[in-house]
Amino acid sequence: MPFYRSHVLICGGTGCTSNNSDAVAEKFKEELKKHGLEEEIQIVRTGCFGLCELGPVVIVYPEGVFYNKIKPEYVPDLVEEHLLKGRIVKKYVYGETIEEGGKFLPLEETKFFKNQLRIALRNCGVINPEDIEEYIAMDGYKALGKVLTEMTPQDVIDIVKKSGLRGRGGAGFPTGLKWQFTHDAKGTQKYVVCNADEGDPGAFMDRSILEGDPHSVIEAMAIAAYAVGANYGYIYVRAEYPMAVKRLTIAIGQARQYGLLGKNIFGSGFDFDVEIRLGAGAFVCGEETALMNSVMGLRGEPRPRPPFPANSGVWDSPTLLNNVETYANIPPIILNGPEWFSSIGTEKSKGTKVFALGGKINNTGLVEIPMGTTLREIIYDIGGGIPNGKEFKAVQTGGPSGGCITRENLDTPIDYDSLINIGTIMGSGGMIVMDEDNCMVDIAKFFLEFTVDESCGKCPPCRIGMKRMLEILNKITSGNGEEEDIERLEELGNFIKSAALCGLGQTAPNPVLSTLKYFRDEYEAHIKDKKCPAGVCQALIQYYVDSEKCHGCARPLCVKNCPTGAISGVPKSPYSINQEICTKCGACMESCPFNAIYKK
Amino acid sequence: MTALLEDVKEKDKYKRLHDVIDAYKDKPGALIPVMNEAQEIFGYLPFEVQKEISEGLNVPLTKVYGIATFYSRFTLHPAGKYRIGVCLGTACYVKGSSLILDKIKEKLGIDVNETTPDGKFSIDSTRCLGCCGLAPVMMINNDVYGKLSPDDVDKILEKYK
Ligand SMILES: Cc1cc2nc3c(=O)[nH]c(=O)nc-3n(C[C@H](O)[C@H](O)[C@H](O)COP(=O)(O)O)c2cc1C
Ligand code: SF4
Ligand code: SF4
Ligand code: FES
Ligand code: FES
Repeated sequence: MPFYRSHVLICGGTGCTSNNSDAVAEKFKEELKKHGLEEEIQIVRTGCFGLCELGPVVIVYPEGVFYNKIKPEYVPDLVEEHLLKGRIVKKYVYGETIEEGGKFLPLEETKFFKNQLRIALRNCGVINPEDIEEYIAMDGYKALGKVLTEMTPQDVIDIVKKSGLRGRGGAGFPTGLKWQFTHDAKGTQKYVVCNADEGDPGAFMDRSILEGDPHSVIEAMAIAAYAVGANYGYIYVRAEYPMAVKRLTIAIGQARQYGLLGKNIFGSGFDFDVEIRLGAGAFVCGEETALMNSVMGLRGEPRPRPPFPANSGVWDSPTLLNNVETYANIPPIILNGPEWFSSIGTEKSKGTKVFALGGKINNTGLVEIPMGTTLREIIYDIGGGIPNGKEFKAVQTGGPSGGCITRENLDTPIDYDSLINIGTIMGSGGMIVMDEDNCMVDIAKFFLEFTVDESCGKCPPCRIGMKRMLEILNKITSGNGEEEDIERLEELGNFIKSAALCGLGQTAPNPVLSTLKYFRDEYEAHIKDKKCPAGVCQALIQYYVDSEKCHGCARPLCVKNCPTGAISGVPKSPYSINQEICTKCGACMESCPFNAIYKK
Repeated sequence: MTALLEDVKEKDKYKRLHDVIDAYKDKPGALIPVMNEAQEIFGYLPFEVQKEISEGLNVPLTKVYGIATFYSRFTLHPAGKYRIGVCLGTACYVKGSSLILDKIKEKLGIDVNETTPDGKFSIDSTRCLGCCGLAPVMMINNDVYGKLSPDDVDKILEKYK
């Protein structure tokens, strides 16, 4: 292998790629060539580092200097100064990694990384996901080798049980137990399936693992297959994730070439291969029984359980189904032992959890924290707090199946059980922060619109009941709410939860019920006072000119931008808005240079 | 001349479709993968394509149609030359992506899932595009635009006019 004196890691995750990191990489190649440095310095395209907010991200080793927001134009400077002359270019370095005296902090010691523990994301942003050699250099496929040459299937299952690992796809079912059920099920043909449908509309953990470290999932599926007695697997990925599909395809090809998939792996007599199946855009297909129908080429409608997939899944054979992140935890558990894993986390929730932190927060991106970390640490230490000096209002976890966490519960340790206690769920890892400008009734409506849209229509409580709930919410946000509506929502919600066939319907009322519990006053303001306190619901707000702030411009921008001619007045005295004509488009507010227009 | 060219292109698409059908024919559960590829090739699934798939894989046409209408990725009408996808994922929504969508709808005079009469633009609402750090986000074909405000819409659309 050639020896490089320096490595330039350029993020090739979806966030940075959308921010033009491909052009940055091209420019690096060009400049290195120009200076004759191609033999000395290696460019590595990695998966997501987690700090997508700062993209495109470039890290230079051995120093570990973290450059952020790099544009192609900056590259000549960077190459010449840093790579040729050895001088770090301070103006492009991420501020948090520069200490007061001007010393550089390694990335791992910044606030964002210090409180994280990366197990599932161990290789993301570290290796080139399109090169199996790099995965192998990080102990990749070593766990599979160990399992196939030293352990019986039951040994493997015992280790997973003992580790305390629970499913990361949402429900938190003990993984080892699921493996045991599938192992014990009768049948000669069995399957393993990876759920990479990632349906939560504001989350991208699984996607980043597939894009940044696809081999970890393939290796884990092979281990699982050996443990339960399967020799074929399906990875069910959303078609909307083209980069993940591409990297998985490359990874599967390379694994076959290296004999890590196929016949007689590690000379053990064990055969295993996998195939990718693309989802076609239906949230309900993330539900395990619907997913299996979809793999079989049917409409992705859930089927009643039992029978559970462990006994009758794909092609009616015993099937083990786990989530991407669940799988990504398996190789380190095998290599480091179950005691290591169970020493991390809380009593009933072991290990770590990856969250996609987004919304009104300074550091949006991917974070992996030990179970038991408090929400306060995630938001204020790792996430860097709320932007623009706004006030924190709530965090939503669990997406369309979850609920919200308010200020009072900021010190709750994050684990499966304590989140349920405060009325939400761990979910698959979406974590959306909201500030004072977000209306909680509107957020509830947002999730409900999503679930109504995604209901498969098979059972009436979900199909009809959810529509009724949405109608009521629409009534409330348009200013026609009645006092009884709150009770109606609660009644309907609880009924749907108990009567729906699958997890989609059983959890879909949660965002409404949870906001009703913690933000009832906001609902009441919409209903009784016909006001939206956060100023979001169009029908309940009006735009006004603040006569104190209005400069009475000679050529008023507000008047120019108003599409309906609702603003009138004469220069030098405050303008005013005719509410009858105003369509509440907000153009005036955006255009006024003195912020003289407000909404209420 | 152009009509002839169109005809050749169309034939080429059907040839590619038949290759796909042949490759998957004997695999169990082939229907959805084939439909996914057909969606890629044609950009939508017109009746003739559904019929070809039905015959090629030997599954009833009603089943093909059932799948086509169940999954939101499959469309029965052609999209515009420029497909605008506004992210309505949670992270983008809390940062005001619905206002971006409203502005685009107003500018183009069409609703979500519609195409302008000249066939140039169509609007989709999508879920998380995986770059929430750039929220609110939209895509036009393969170009991503992030950290948008409704004011940016005019300038961006102008580029494609
Ligand atoms: C409506 C619905 C959507 C779901 N979406 C997903 C998903 O996108 N990804 C996932 O891993 N699990 C999803 N699940 C959970 C799966 O049914 C299943 O519990 C999980 O994939 C099992 O894997 P685990 O034990 O490793 O978590 C969903 C469940 C429901 C009810
Ligand atoms: S609960 Fe909803 S999504 Fe689930 S089976 Fe019933 S209708 Fe379909
Ligand atoms: S909100 Fe729109 S319609 Fe109303 S006054 Fe302002 S610019 Fe005119
Ligand atoms: S995509 Fe580059 S840091 Fe996340
Ligand atoms: S929610 Fe829009 S990119 Fe993630």
